[in-house]
Amino acid sequence: MTAVAVEIHNAHKWYGTRHVLAGVDLTIAAGTVATILGPSGAGKSTLLRAVNHLEKLDVGYVSLNGEPIGVRRRSDRLKELSERAILAQRRRIGFVFQSFNLFPHLTALENVAAAPIATRSASREQARAAARELLDRVGLADRADSYPRQLSGGQQQRVAIARALALSPGVILFDEPTSALDPELVGEVLRVMRDLASTGTTLIVVTHELGFAREAADLVVLLDQGRIVEQGTPADVLDHPRHPRTREFLSHMR
Amino acid sequence: MPTYREQTAATEPPPAPSIPADPSGATVGPDTLSRQRVIPLRHPGRWIAALVVTVFVAQVIESVATNRFFQWDRFGYWFLRPVVVDGLLVTLEVTAWTAVLGLLGGIVLALGRLSRNPILSTLSWAYVWLFRSIPLIVVLLFLYNFSAIYPQISIGVPFGPVLFSVEEARLAPAFVLAVIGLTLNESAYAAEVVRGGILSVDRGQHEAAASLGMPKLYQFRRIVLPQALRSIIPNYVNQLIGLIKGTSLVFYVSLLDLFGTVQSMGATYSGDIVPLLMVATVWYVILTSIVSVVQFYVERYYARGAVAVMPPTPLQRVVGQVREGWSLLTARGRT
Repeated sequence: MTAVAVEIHNAHKWYGTRHVLAGVDLTIAAGTVATILGPSGAGKSTLLRAVNHLEKLDVGYVSLNGEPIGVRRRSDRLKELSERAILAQRRRIGFVFQSFNLFPHLTALENVAAAPIATRSASREQARAAARELLDRVGLADRADSYPRQLSGGQQQRVAIARALALSPGVILFDEPTSALDPELVGEVLRVMRDLASTGTTLIVVTHELGFAREAADLVVLLDQGRIVEQGTPADVLDHPRHPRTREFLSHMR
Repeated sequence: MPTYREQTAATEPPPAPSIPADPSGATVGPDTLSRQRVIPLRHPGRWIAALVVTVFVAQVIESVATNRFFQWDRFGYWFLRPVVVDGLLVTLEVTAWTAVLGLLGGIVLALGRLSRNPILSTLSWAYVWLFRSIPLIVVLLFLYNFSAIYPQISIGVPFGPVLFSVEEARLAPAFVLAVIGLTLNESAYAAEVVRGGILSVDRGQHEAAASLGMPKLYQFRRIVLPQALRSIIPNYVNQLIGLIKGTSLVFYVSLLDLFGTVQSMGATYSGDIVPLLMVATVWYVILTSIVSVVQFYVERYYARGAVAVMPPTPLQRVVGQVREGWSLLTARGRT
């Protein structure tokens, strides 16, 4: 899997009259681990979901290695792509949900193998063999035949990460991956994510885990009211915040 | 429904623990009490109710069995007569075709209704509205007289030239008419059942499938539909049982199904009307029972993953109860 650079250009999004994204510009170089922090309602999830076009931007666009996602250039305008084309683009972007969203009627193995089979990127046997390896990688080789409901929250989220890896995406998006977990289960998920971070895949993580941001991230972005307040290395943003809004937010986190 | 454990508790009370007789509790320290086995709540009302109902049911059975009016010998004569079995087969065939076609039609209509295309969704809504409004018998009679209303069926440009034309009369035999009429009606109801099932699937499932880039059809067939079926099946089986009995209306398009056969035999052998009706009743009960058993196993299949432990089959439940009762009995023998 080759890492991918993500660029967000002037992202605007309105929910009715609420301006949830008010012009976000962000460049994430290939292989970067970026964490997006911010108070609830800051637009973090919306921004992340715009990257794989689960959320449509009203103005602006996202590009992967320079290629716009969900839209195409037509002279000086942007036109939305067909659903088929968007689905094809999404195969290069992994997504991990806060609430796991595993397919409850499929076993852990079938969950991981489903996308390669559905997109015919691998034969059934290849997909199952690859899924077994991925489950092994997230430490769940022995739970391959369990259904999601028979797994703990931490195990479910690790299966979900394996599922997101199944199509070898160049970038993986995490939407508050540990927020739905009991505190003692957070560690096992963060460990898997740290392993991923060291492989050079581009990761964009919306999280409240400052510890993860400090240790694993190359870039920390603070979002507030749909705008980027501050961005930089963890050392800069977390330890020497320049903006008063950042200081206020960090003071609430401790 | 009481759980398996509650049921055994009601029928097989555990050995009564020895609670000290002194109500003041003076001699009963917390240590003594804490060692006592808790006595489950008794339900004398249930026993009384069960007794009353049993007596009543026994009386009904007795009256039906001994009343000469039912002519059980004639019932025995008719029950497996080839003419009755032929009618039964017609009922089964019409039901099977309609069940399958109605469900497929229902899926198409439900998808149309849920689609973002306003024309499709309005059309689907209008279809459901129309065919839920018209009594099934009216639909069947319309179809039966279709050749009188439209002697020719032709395909062409509206108000323009005709490209293809066929004489309607004798195009469709009674069987096909019956299946068409029932399917038109059934798919309207099935559409609502399927739509409800699809809406019951969590939004996160659609998003997860979309985020993995699964093709649309695959998302529906492999992710959404299997989960929707969990709530579709009980409702659709309910529909199906209504359909089995609804097929008795095909008599009116001169198709001799189970009920139609019984009806026409009754006209010929007027002394046997009551036993003939009993024959039809018992066959309908048997058909409904078979469907209910099939429903149990289909539901069980689609419940995989939805519950941590599969519910026991009736057989496993009986075996479990016997085993539990036995262990209680032997335990009592030992103490």
